[in-house]
Amino acid sequence: MAARDRLGKYGLRYFALGYLTMLLLIPVGMISYRAFEHGFSAAWSSVTTPDALHAFLLTIEIAAIAVVANTIFGVGCALLLVRTKFRGKALLNAIIDLPFAISPVVVGLALLLLYGRTGWFGSMFLDNGVQILFAMPGMVLATIFISLPFVVREVVPVLHEIGDEQEQAAQTLGANWWQTFWRITLPAIRWGVGYGVVLTTARALGEFGAVAVVSGRISGQTETAPLWVWREFGQFNTTGAYTASLVLALIAIATLLAMNSFKRKEAS
Amino acid sequence: MPRLGGAPLGRGLVTAYLSVIVLIPIAALVSKSLEGGLSGFWDSVTSPLALSALKLSLILAVIVVAINLVTGTALAWVLVRDKFPGKALVNSVIDLPFALPTVVAGITLLALYGTNSPVGIDIAFTRVGITVALLFVTLPFIVRTVQPVLLELDREMEEAAASLGASPFTTFRRVIFPNLRPALLAGTALAFARAIGEFGSVILISGNLPKTQTAPLFIFAQIESGNTEGAGAVSVTLLVIALLVLLVIGRLTHWSLRHGR
Amino acid sequence: MSIIVEQARKQFGDFVALDGVSIEVPDGSLTALLGPSGSGKSTLLRVIAGLEKPDSGRVMISGGDATDVPAQKRGVGFVFQHYAAFKHMTVRNNIAFGLSIRKRPKKEIAERVDELISLVHLDGFGDRYPSQLSGGQRQRMALARALAVEPKVLLLDEPFGALDANVRKELRLWLRRLHDDVHVTTIFVTHDQEEAMEVAGQIVVMNEGRVEQTGQPNDLYEHPQTEFVMSFIGPVNRRGAMFIRPHDIELLHVPAPEAEEAMIERVVNLGFETRVELLLADGEQLWAQMTRAEADLLELVDGQIVYVRPRRAKVFEPNGDPRTEELASAA
Repeated sequence: MAARDRLGKYGLRYFALGYLTMLLLIPVGMISYRAFEHGFSAAWSSVTTPDALHAFLLTIEIAAIAVVANTIFGVGCALLLVRTKFRGKALLNAIIDLPFAISPVVVGLALLLLYGRTGWFGSMFLDNGVQILFAMPGMVLATIFISLPFVVREVVPVLHEIGDEQEQAAQTLGANWWQTFWRITLPAIRWGVGYGVVLTTARALGEFGAVAVVSGRISGQTETAPLWVWREFGQFNTTGAYTASLVLALIAIATLLAMNSFKRKEAS
Repeated sequence: MPRLGGAPLGRGLVTAYLSVIVLIPIAALVSKSLEGGLSGFWDSVTSPLALSALKLSLILAVIVVAINLVTGTALAWVLVRDKFPGKALVNSVIDLPFALPTVVAGITLLALYGTNSPVGIDIAFTRVGITVALLFVTLPFIVRTVQPVLLELDREMEEAAASLGASPFTTFRRVIFPNLRPALLAGTALAFARAIGEFGSVILISGNLPKTQTAPLFIFAQIESGNTEGAGAVSVTLLVIALLVLLVIGRLTHWSLRHGR
Repeated sequence: MSIIVEQARKQFGDFVALDGVSIEVPDGSLTALLGPSGSGKSTLLRVIAGLEKPDSGRVMISGGDATDVPAQKRGVGFVFQHYAAFKHMTVRNNIAFGLSIRKRPKKEIAERVDELISLVHLDGFGDRYPSQLSGGQRQRMALARALAVEPKVLLLDEPFGALDANVRKELRLWLRRLHDDVHVTTIFVTHDQEEAMEVAGQIVVMNEGRVEQTGQPNDLYEHPQTEFVMSFIGPVNRRGAMFIRPHDIELLHVPAPEAEEAMIERVVNLGFETRVELLLADGEQLWAQMTRAEADLLELVDGQIVYVRPRRAKVFEPNGDPRTEELASAA
């Protein structure tokens, strides 16, 4: 290889990797440093306060509901898009992609305006003693909104790829639609679904903007882990903020590893 | 072949779910924002703070996308064409901004490039700081849309160009780039939409100053101070801009797929 | 179980796949649907299976009207060209699928699966996955799977189309023998006339959504009713209005009544068979087919002038039955 080509190749490599290091790797490395700056026990006690634990628990609860809802929706919607004929598929696709185009605070605002006292559904719920805003239901709705597209988008191409001949074969062997779905379709798409679930989980766990608006950020009650981190940081309890961030970052890295293994299984 | 007998039921359920989760809230947003009539809407959007916030978001988004076009393509290239130890690790790390909560992203950047920076770089409360945060969260978009295209690219085209005397740069410009164009456009659209709407990573770095208040930060501030009309107007504007950009880029991608390839 | 299709019509948009097709498949027979692509043969098969619903017409299975019966309930076994193997299940579980759907006891299922694995010569492969099998093995598995639920009819859609030539030949014979053992009414679709002739007891020749002719292989070969059938089944030369089989072309070294002058362009030796490519005086080309022994006797050489005449030819009148012209008797 000519010297000039080699220079170009190495130059490009170090440019790209250098960019990555400066932007991503070093900052993430920093939070571990900051988290344990005052020792391990200080870090540990900062994230095991009742408020902190409640925040983590709440985050997991909300994410779990959102993931289950969006997975069922995602698989059903993907089947609809790929295996049936109807007009308006383009519109459906556009609506599914909407959460990608919309800012999370706008999502929060939309829910505020809908379920608030003067909102269309406001009185319907409040008069019956059901709290949507500043409570779990609102936070769940917000999280479902922003994490909606992932499972659909991952399952659709897989459904296209496997084709429907296996499903036809199952039919000729006497299977009804549920048996076909459960025993033939679902196993065939499982890695696509898995990958979508992982993406949905990551997005739901990390949700900040929409939930910040909709929850009222009531400490100990409607604060999720990201919101708790924000509060701690704002109150200069940096150890707590950094340690919780580290925990969330580790969860994110675990998510990445899961994403990778699913991607590989999907490819094979 | 349509096989699902329960298709109408399925369609009904999907429509119901999407309505409750997405459509009705958006409809409420648009409706409430227009409650003061078009003139009220216009006044809210053109107030000085609102305008400067929108302008800031747009300008930063454009800058960020431009930078990402270069760095994203470079990263994708290195990941597909180059070989070095730890490549698989690097490949997974690219997705980190997707997986990391945005507020954590903000904190990590501040840890390194903020007030107590160990390397002496302090970009907290600056527009540069916001730009860096936006670069962080939009990193994966262009890389991930370009990678599969590069993987599929027929090497023989480049070999043919080389045999005809083209330099590597010319080959890139006239053979490779046109084939990457649709993927670049798609990645640009996603990155742009994400950049103008980004909130979590930006809120810590911006420090609540007017000069660093992007549109989402403005919206949030208005909500906190009870001015839901102002918030709504700018929200709808932001949404419309995002949709327009997606639409335009969608058309360009369609055209590009038909002609460039 | 016999199958009767009455006047089936099926359109996909502007394309007419089936244009009023009627066929009768006797109980226990082995029938081929033969035709070029687009002839409607696969569509017809799928209509019989219940995987497509005809726009009009009826499908009768053993005397009962099955037109509105869904595929699940028709009791048909279907084998796809690309196997449609359940990729995530072992060979055993693939074959067992139909039985486990019907909630048969595990012991019964296991026994039946063992039986079938032996029948299709996949002993020892039961715990493998389809991706670990060759194409031919996958197709045998697909057949076992279809047979497991004792279908009334077995339908095969170009079953050997995705396989190598020699595997194809092997499986053809194997299917024939299987049918001799199992005696299920079987219909298979193919575009390969040699395959149809070799395997089937009855052939339905289709073209452009219509049935051209139905009959036994020999019948179709000796007594084709249309130009299409004659050209599609077996090789053919065309001379004016006459359709002549290459092996019905007689070569002589001396002029004779009814014989035309021709030059031998090329003598091609294909083992047992010899082909002679001929150029007639008016510029048209014919080719003759004979055994090596016959060719040797004639001592044919490239460039030689010979005299050719058909021993037998068919003429297809636009309105009326095809005519057979028997000309000079063979020496």
